Amino acid sequence: MLLIPCPYCQHIFEEEDFAYAGEAFIERPPQPEQISDQEWADYLFMRNNPKGPHLEQWIHAAGCRKFFVVKRNTANNRIEGSWTMAKAHAGKNDLLERL
Amino acid sequence: MSRRLARRDSEVIDRQQPLSFYWCGQLLQGLAGDSLASALLANGIKAVSRSYKYSRHRGVLCSNAEEPNALVDLECEPFLTPNARATQVELYQDLSASSPTAAETPVNRFKRLFKPFGRFMPAGFYYKTFKYPSKWWPHYETLLRTMAGISPSPTQPDPESYDHMYQYCDVLVVGAGVAGLQAALTVARSGAQVLVVDERPQLGGLLYEYGLGEYGKEEIAGKSALQWLRQIRIVLDQMSNVRVLSRTTAFAFHDCNLLHALELRQDHLPLAQRDAALSRQRLHKIRARQVILATGAHERPIAFHNNDLPGVMLASAVLSWVNRYAVSPGDNTVVFCNNDSGLEAAVALKAAGLKLQAVIDCRPDIADSYTQALHGVPLFPGHAVQSATGDAVLQSVSIAPICLQQGKWWVDHSAITNLRCDVLAVAGGWNPVVHLDCHTGSKPHWDEQQLAFMPAMDKAGRFAAGALNGHSAVDACRRDGAFTGVKAIQALGLETTAFEPVEPQSLHTAALFMVPPPDKRHNKLFIDMQNDVTVDDIALAIRENYRCIEHIKRYTGLGFGTDQGKTGNVLGVAIAAQIQGLSMSEVGTTTFRPAYTPVTFAALVGQNRRDLYDPKRYTPMHSAHVEQGAHWETVGQWLRPQYYPQGTEDLDAAVWRECLAARQGLAVMDASTLGKIDIQGRDAREFLNRVYTNAWSKLAPGCCRYGLMLDENGMIFDDGVSACINENHFLMTTTTGGAARVFIWLERWLQTEWPELEVFLTSVTDHWSTTAVVGPKSRALMQRLCTDCDFDNEVFPFMHWRPGTVAGIPARIMRISFSGELAFEINVQANYGHYIWEQVLSAGAKDRITPYGTEAMHVLRAEKGFIIVGQDTDGSMTPVDAGMQWIISRKKTFPWLGKRSLSRSDMLREDRRQLVGLLTINPQQCLTEGAQLVNEPQGKEMQGYVTSSYMSPILHRSIAMAVVKGGRARMGETVYARTAKGTTLEASITSSLFYDPEGACRDG
Repeated sequence: MLLIPCPYCQHIFEEEDFAYAGEAFIERPPQPEQISDQEWADYLFMRNNPKGPHLEQWIHAAGCRKFFVVKRNTANNRIEGSWTMAKAHAGKNDLLERL
Repeated sequence: MSRRLARRDSEVIDRQQPLSFYWCGQLLQGLAGDSLASALLANGIKAVSRSYKYSRHRGVLCSNAEEPNALVDLECEPFLTPNARATQVELYQDLSASSPTAAETPVNRFKRLFKPFGRFMPAGFYYKTFKYPSKWWPHYETLLRTMAGISPSPTQPDPESYDHMYQYCDVLVVGAGVAGLQAALTVARSGAQVLVVDERPQLGGLLYEYGLGEYGKEEIAGKSALQWLRQIRIVLDQMSNVRVLSRTTAFAFHDCNLLHALELRQDHLPLAQRDAALSRQRLHKIRARQVILATGAHERPIAFHNNDLPGVMLASAVLSWVNRYAVSPGDNTVVFCNNDSGLEAAVALKAAGLKLQAVIDCRPDIADSYTQALHGVPLFPGHAVQSATGDAVLQSVSIAPICLQQGKWWVDHSAITNLRCDVLAVAGGWNPVVHLDCHTGSKPHWDEQQLAFMPAMDKAGRFAAGALNGHSAVDACRRDGAFTGVKAIQALGLETTAFEPVEPQSLHTAALFMVPPPDKRHNKLFIDMQNDVTVDDIALAIRENYRCIEHIKRYTGLGFGTDQGKTGNVLGVAIAAQIQGLSMSEVGTTTFRPAYTPVTFAALVGQNRRDLYDPKRYTPMHSAHVEQGAHWETVGQWLRPQYYPQGTEDLDAAVWRECLAARQGLAVMDASTLGKIDIQGRDAREFLNRVYTNAWSKLAPGCCRYGLMLDENGMIFDDGVSACINENHFLMTTTTGGAARVFIWLERWLQTEWPELEVFLTSVTDHWSTTAVVGPKSRALMQRLCTDCDFDNEVFPFMHWRPGTVAGIPARIMRISFSGELAFEINVQANYGHYIWEQVLSAGAKDRITPYGTEAMHVLRAEKGFIIVGQDTDGSMTPVDAGMQWIISRKKTFPWLGKRSLSRSDMLREDRRQLVGLLTINPQQCLTEGAQLVNEPQGKEMQGYVTSSYMSPILHRSIAMAVVKGGRARMGETVYARTAKGTTLEASITSSLFYDPEGACRDG
């Protein structure tokens, strides 16, 4: 059971208060009609499954109900940081580079 | 009581408090403080069970949690506790215990018939034997299931209560042996909050067994071990920042230092004395900033021929009987060891006055200090116990010279000496209790010096202390506890003084795990006694190519069961390594998973049962439904009236009457449970355009529209009617069960993908109550109840809403219909819901207004072919599949959710399952929901299945909806549905719009 820091509440809570919400930075193609079935399928279904650091979304479901980004090491479940959606998107390149 | 020793300083029994108890129906005497195992030994009972496969007699091997053999049933139904370890059961007055395997039951007698054939039943016997003919398997299975397992499960509800408690602390110390207690004290002195848990009733761990200063070796900080223990208990008791939970087993270690511990609060009390107001057991969920594992070590046995005879015990267990319980388990004791702790045990037993017949050590030399201390006892260095003999219990052992030749143990079977004895104390080395450390995914590593699997301790926020670190000497454990305590304080960021690390002392353990038997047969060398796994079984598994230890485990059963191989696993690894010519670390261990010791299901459930299992949600008019005698259906967490029987009506009769009332007169339904989301903001309209398939740009205030929501795969996700309140304000309704899911879904898009949209969502399901007035006479009723609103069809048309004052209450009245009839939904603030319901019922009394439930609602909507998301659709149905192409907008500029997926090649297949109507050829026969459809009466190729099926009162016949491959192009074709009874019903494919296809009823 993880302890997750909510960047909005600025506090650490039990995993029970949160719900997992998939890999972070899966962006919806802006013009879906103009991409191939293959590219659309990549967006829909293909996800990274690394052993190691992973950027993922969580929602503070039993708290502030905000979505945010968490960096979690899947090998040892260590959480290395969490960011509001706005901050995560502003620093997206940096976050992805430091994976 | 013949086996009780004279008073010992270390005893935990109370000689002034004799207790009587029942063992397999026999009345026996014990003392307060005894464990069931020690009380049985005090009564001279050594054989306590039979092994589960070969029915061999088995005795107590260990003295605590690791015990594989002494599994007992406590008390009878409904208080029956199956498979308790007699070594951990505290004796109480009138305790009733029995052995499930030794009892004279038909199954046990049947199993004993096979005892002589044990050698023909190796690992895999059942897999190989009960395979043919395959159609007999159900009979085999019934038979094998009767024979499998140890004790039957209780069948009656458990009358005792269980609860949960959350605990938070700076430092959790698991295990209150010497190291744990010292660590706790060291940390506590820093002011940090400390919680100590220990599975035993007394603190001190193996101090009772190995810490007694009587033979002049062990002193703790200048005091005798027992003095030290008494003092530290007093000191810890007085510290307000320390809590100690005894009888509490930490059985699971989860991420981020969450540990689950089971506290036995009343198990040690006689049934009559247990307080019903208190829980019997409590599950503690402990979140600690730092964890100190001081879980100690388990002694391991050595495998030799007949090593499972009752009377063969671990040396630590014999010390436990003698020192802790003042019981002499036998009159002639032989000690067999491969390390110094066995010699220490021998010294302690001699000091306690036991008659030591011999001390056998596989190592060629015995240190002088031990030979002096054991003066007068025959010593056999360089020997090993080659076999044990006895009828039901141990009577003698045969010993033979043993030596290492080219890395292999060689036994001189020609020079056998027989020794009469009734107890053999075996000291085969120590296994640190690494279980908890491994629960979070760490693997233990084999240490060639210690000859043990040592914990990895590679996760943050946890430390190991004492025997878990490989320490054996008592004072070294104490100093290591202090050193670990200091590390924990530093990890908390508190001030402390440095402390010197302590190097473990070597016990000079020899790598003897198994004594080679005289012939090649290894089928009486038991490794895992609980599962009757022998050395031969391991060899067989490897011969059959199960080489990985995880496969060996599953093929042979090694390490399964209630003890999870605490004593046998390392022997199994060693033997697998030896056979395959691998090192111990190459073989490795199986995976340690929670729970460390068995946990009652009831403790895991705690108070989350019956009314507290799940919240129940009630609508504001609930009490009115109760008065009207509603039968209930649970939808999500909501309690909804399913039907309102009158007199002796059953479901069918009530639904028939309710449906006709809605179609021909006046009916009313509580629709308050529908999910409601208030959507406001500048971009609310654009937002609806993006999440629904149809267009919302032109929906004017005062209008309502049905919307269909898809997920990104293009599959139907939810549906409902949304009303435009004003330009920037909408009220969305969702399905009853889908409300929470939809809300999160919408929030997710707003927060993660479209933060530029200014939209605010509020869940208002509970804020509004909805009374749906349905039927041709509903307009007249509304006119009587609400005078400030014009209900004329031209002014207030279908799919519009109007504000109005209903019976004096401000309301939003919506003209929407899920039945196809003229209908009005009165939405008022929830507090007025009950009042409005009553007003509607009294105003409609002269028209015999009929309340109807969800069942009639389903029939009414099915007559109109309206879908229920989740019943007529599953997660693989697109709007096209559901025949709802009309709701797909191709004009909207924004690529709404799910749109792109609708043009994927798979969505365009013509043979996709499509929603159609079915009419049975015999109109009085009703299809079964879920029935599979085939093209021929005896056909095998499934064409689809029935999603909804009812008798329609208005049509006087059965109707059904179904999904059928390419169904819409097959109108008029015949399909066949198999019923559970084996009969076949014939039906033809039609439109799913069964009633009023022109929609004439809608306007009344």
